[in-house]
Amino acid sequence: MEECLAKKMEITVSEAEKRTGRNAVNMQETYTAYLIETRVVESQNEGQCAPVDSLWRRYSEFELLRNYLSVTYPHIVVPPLPEKRADFVWHKLSADNMDPDFVERRRIGLENFLLRVASHPVLCQDKIFYSFLTQEGGWKEMVNETGFQLKADSRLKALNATFRVKNPDKRFTELKHYSDELQSVISHLLRVRARVADRLYGVYKVHGNYGRVFSEWSAIEKEMGDGLQSAGHHMDVYAASIDDILEEEEHYADQLKEYLFYAEALRAVCRKHELMQYDLEMAAQDLTSKKQQCEELATGTVRTFSLKGMTSKLFGQETPEQREAKIKVLEEQIQEGEEQLKSKNLEGRDFVKSAWADIERFKEQKNHDLKEALISYAVMQISMCKKGIQVWTNAKECFSKM
Amino acid sequence: DTSLAEVNLFSPSMPISPSSMINQYKLEDEPELRDLFITVDDPESHITAIETFITYRVVTKTSRGEFDSSEYEVRRRYQDFLWLKSKLEEAHPTLIIPPLPEKFIMKGMVERFSDEFIETRRKALHKFLNRIADHPTLTFNEDFKVFLTAQAWELSSHKKQGPSLLSRMGQTVRAVASSVRGGVKNRPEMFTEMNDYVETFSQKINVLDKIAHRIYKEEREYFNEMKEYGPIHTLWSASEEDIADSLKGVASCIDKCCKATEKRMAGLSENLLPILHEYVLYSEILMGVLKRRDQIQGELDSKVDALANKKTEKDLFSEEIGKLEDKVECANNALKADWDRWKQNMQCDMRSTFTNVAENNLRYYEECLATWESFLASQTVDLHVEEDSEDRP
Repeated sequence: MEECLAKKMEITVSEAEKRTGRNAVNMQETYTAYLIETRVVESQNEGQCAPVDSLWRRYSEFELLRNYLSVTYPHIVVPPLPEKRADFVWHKLSADNMDPDFVERRRIGLENFLLRVASHPVLCQDKIFYSFLTQEGGWKEMVNETGFQLKADSRLKALNATFRVKNPDKRFTELKHYSDELQSVISHLLRVRARVADRLYGVYKVHGNYGRVFSEWSAIEKEMGDGLQSAGHHMDVYAASIDDILEEEEHYADQLKEYLFYAEALRAVCRKHELMQYDLEMAAQDLTSKKQQCEELATGTVRTFSLKGMTSKLFGQETPEQREAKIKVLEEQIQEGEEQLKSKNLEGRDFVKSAWADIERFKEQKNHDLKEALISYAVMQISMCKKGIQVWTNAKECFSKM
Repeated sequence: DTSLAEVNLFSPSMPISPSSMINQYKLEDEPELRDLFITVDDPESHITAIETFITYRVVTKTSRGEFDSSEYEVRRRYQDFLWLKSKLEEAHPTLIIPPLPEKFIMKGMVERFSDEFIETRRKALHKFLNRIADHPTLTFNEDFKVFLTAQAWELSSHKKQGPSLLSRMGQTVRAVASSVRGGVKNRPEMFTEMNDYVETFSQKINVLDKIAHRIYKEEREYFNEMKEYGPIHTLWSASEEDIADSLKGVASCIDKCCKATEKRMAGLSENLLPILHEYVLYSEILMGVLKRRDQIQGELDSKVDALANKKTEKDLFSEEIGKLEDKVECANNALKADWDRWKQNMQCDMRSTFTNVAENNLRYYEECLATWESFLASQTVDLHVEEDSEDRP
């Protein structure tokens, strides 16, 4: 198998820039453009550095790319994009899309998305993806020319299938439940984390009030003054330290968010399976009913109630020639139907096989990533505790000298 | 037979802790000479036809000769403490009488007889009596002795003695009349400085009190959110296989940190909050003491002014003035000495209280650190095991 693109090419989203332009309805709008830089990795010539290619893309183009990939590879758990709008925000952070911190985190998220696609064994080989990275002009047209929008399944059709499918593969049903649970528990976790962050911010910042009072108080104290003053300074340091701590935590939250959105990608694969399975069941049902009709016409027995049967009873039977013609049409349709059913069956089995292979790959990736994320969370907590110990040790020294 | 091991002096909470023993030694100039030990505990509710009230048990152990016995146990209600305070103020107008807990607490919306309210009051009453016992002058006050030793009926009859309410009111009216803004123009520099100090100190201590309450409130809100945070990880672990252990580990860490936060909060409410509150009350007391000194000075000043206008009766006046001059000198000296003592105690209290706050926080962070470090260790051991098994073909 060909090596992943990620190993052959360095990909970064290195910058973000505010732009103004005209949108589809010719109204002025502000948006952010992201600079994608790529460089081919020369494994042989260590000393030589290939030149960097770059182009600008905006979020909507990323969305187009992802839609294309989802439709074109429905059996793949397609990596999700970072959120469009800031969500699970604790109130000190801005929910504004133009906020520089949000833009920065989105830049990182978009880079992560590209790296995920580039390291996926199937997706990295896609030509549209390659052009996205390397071809500035005409890429949108290229994507639209693939006609992928036509291949997209309607949401209504998918919903219908979900409710009516009779025998979906058990593993997909389980996977669907898992992805629902994952989505629900991660959302809950992110919501509470945001509230905890809010409260933690409050605790730290309130300590900042000590600084000023201690300083003013120290002015009237002869012996206590120095201790108070320097303790106050440490309280200021303590209060200020929370900003960096919480900023780091945002990256942890982003890691969890990625898997929140991955749950949706998992569901999409399940939906596709349900759709295919339902399609198959409908085709089988259709074939069965046609065969039955054929039999009835041939033998003249009406086994089930049908409108035709009633009308022919009321308005007279058809001629033998008419009946012959009908049987012939039905036999053709039946043959077609059996071929279609055969190919649908094959398609279905192929889908299940390749989807499941990617799902196993995804599971391993998820377990590895989430475990690492939890470890990084512990590391952050440890760092926060160490900072706290340092500040309060200093403060204690100052207090004991009062 | 009294022993330090039995009765804890300055810590209002009954169990003896080493740090509070150390505090005693810091606060007292001559700890070996302590001969009066007082505790306030065992609040009891009494219901009569007219009212409901709480009494507290006051236990005194002493080796002093003036006391007939070496041990006393009496029951006192808040009113009795109020009486004691006013008698002390009367007897020593320019001494700094320790503060009593307030009659009601409006802002906390604490119900009058809630357990929390009673406990806070009990601790403050315990502090009050011990501060008096500790005071070089007040400790020998007769009313204080009666308060500690008299049975209920004895105390009632003792209270009825002494100048009547009417005559006491008369004294106050005269004092006010003679000192409308008296005592200020001839006020010695030292007391003006004291006044300035008290004004600023009062401002600052009030702000500190508010800050401390806000910190407590923020920590409590943080604790409330943290309680919900850990369990979500446990819930998540139920749908996972590979990462279930890591998730449960994180849940357990968060829960431990949550408990540590609760301890930190308790530390604040047991130590910092009561001390700051006491000193808020102290700042009001200081202002009162300075005013009373000014009033005494004012009496003298107005008599001196009157003398300047009268040509006759000079001898009579000069005797009166002599007495008033003595009175002013006594008042000033008493205040000066007590002021120095108060400042020293305040410095000690603040030092030990804030050091305690810092220690509390250190303990909190050290506990959390240990929890997360042990989790991290468990995770990286797993990783190494995984890596090793991957290396093998």
